[in-house]
Amino acid sequence: MTLLRANGVSLRRGGRAVVSGASLTLGKGRVVGLIGPNGAGKSTFMRMLAGLQAPDCGQIDLLGRNIGQIPPGLRARQLAFMPQDGEKPPPMSVRSLVALGRMPHGQMNAQAARHPAVTHALAATGLQNLCARPASHLSGGERARMNLARALATDTPVILADEPIAALDPAHALSMMHLFRQQAGQGKGVVIVLHDLVLATRFCDDLVLMDRGSVIRHGSPMQVLDDDIMRTVYGVTVRRVGDAIVPWALCR
Amino acid sequence: MKPDRNTLLLNIVLLAGVVVLSGMSLVWGETRIMVWQALGDILAGRHGAGAIIVEQLRLPRALLAIMVGGTLGLSGAVLQGYLRNPLADPGILGVSGGAALGAVSVFYTGLMQVSVMALPLGGLAGALCAVVVLMGLVGRGGTLVLLLAGAALSSFAAALTALVLNLVPSPYASFEIMHWLMGSLTDRTFTHVWICLPGVVCGMLLMLSAGRALDALTLGEDVAESLGFRLHGVCGMQTRIVLGAALSVGSCVAVSGAIGFVGLVVPHLLRPLTGYQPSRLLVPSALGGSLLLLGADMVVRVVSAGTELQLGVLTALVGAPVFFIRVIMLKRTGS
Repeated sequence: MTLLRANGVSLRRGGRAVVSGASLTLGKGRVVGLIGPNGAGKSTFMRMLAGLQAPDCGQIDLLGRNIGQIPPGLRARQLAFMPQDGEKPPPMSVRSLVALGRMPHGQMNAQAARHPAVTHALAATGLQNLCARPASHLSGGERARMNLARALATDTPVILADEPIAALDPAHALSMMHLFRQQAGQGKGVVIVLHDLVLATRFCDDLVLMDRGSVIRHGSPMQVLDDDIMRTVYGVTVRRVGDAIVPWALCR
Repeated sequence: MKPDRNTLLLNIVLLAGVVVLSGMSLVWGETRIMVWQALGDILAGRHGAGAIIVEQLRLPRALLAIMVGGTLGLSGAVLQGYLRNPLADPGILGVSGGAALGAVSVFYTGLMQVSVMALPLGGLAGALCAVVVLMGLVGRGGTLVLLLAGAALSSFAAALTALVLNLVPSPYASFEIMHWLMGSLTDRTFTHVWICLPGVVCGMLLMLSAGRALDALTLGEDVAESLGFRLHGVCGMQTRIVLGAALSVGSCVAVSGAIGFVGLVVPHLLRPLTGYQPSRLLVPSALGGSLLLLGADMVVRVVSAGTELQLGVLTALVGAPVFFIRVIMLKRTGS
């Protein structure tokens, strides 16, 4: 079953094509990795997939319905979005901020904070011991986990995460990727923007490679990441370690 | 949950403070009156001296202190939450400047001689014009556009006010204008209350409706929108906040003149008591603003000998040191 489908989506800003004819399909139980070099248009494409930016042309369907026509409240119950570089949070408690994820379900304050989905999300992200701490005191990695917990607390069929592991140490990055896989195992669909190609090949079912606003290749990690593409798109040579592809040396 | 109970307790304490100070402001003043007797006279329809003082002077003054203080406190909390900047205050919208310009124009044109109501009505007209210009400038723009539009409007209104002051022929009129600009609740009547009331009520309701969205906004605009809140557009949160703050603050400045620091200091002081959650700060800030202005107005009445100290001067004198103390505390704790 297709949860999210983008078809030929384009966006121009200041006379420049930021995203050009991009397409993506997210099925139930799948983890799709959106990869590409800096400035490829991944974050803009993610904002369009999340319904926060209307495309100039092309169409995005969420659960079979044009995302632009879904009321924001309903869309928030179907799709959770973790933006890149979330703002520095206020000194509210971690639990209060994670409980904001229950807002689309009409739950607020104490009712939201006591909801089992919030407790599960805190436990799943390893934040149960930090839930009373002011969020402004969290480290970058803890903040990333809190943002994920907020997205999980909404309990949506689709989760979009823009560079969720950028601030995480290897152990927490691994554990977050396991968490995304676990969510997919429960029948949800996950799209993640990633720069770590080792984790991308290991945890994603499909990769969508973007460069200069266009999707230049999509498919299984092995189909997408070959030596040629790594050299032309990323400018690096690679070495294969098992199933994973490891950027090895800069091309000169 | 604990913070909910804390906020409820805070609201009860602040409300009790407002009720007590309102009662005291009816009793306290230059002329000693028997307030119970005066209230009895009012209820019985008798026109004793005490009844006239309470009904025509002290009661509207207390009501205006509650309305103006509440508006400034609430709009400060809402704007600080929306702009995610604890130093935002209602003046940044430029609507206070518009109201001041409207009122100053009434002084300049001599319309003051036509009716006492010309001054607040001129202020209200100036505020409403400023609201229309502000909303037109901001359109679907974001917080940066709002800040720039507010700064532009504020500077332009201040420049025009200075021009009027420059051109005004009589030094007496100049003095009157300066005096009015300092902000006061002296000699206000129920007519002032009625002029101010519709804007205050509509504005407060609009601002209070944005509480949940302000909470969502603590994690950024993208998160708030992904949680289902419409930020921009005709029915968006920005429109509700800007229109609400502009309407209510403009109406207040039209009747009281510019009273600074209430909108800045009150949310700042109460924020730690509300768990830093923007929606929980709204009602306490409104009550805290009312409490502060009621107290300041009573101090003004009692302390003044000869020339009455202007209310806006007192709030600035009290408000500015709060920031000095905060700076010292910030340097000590580093947080």
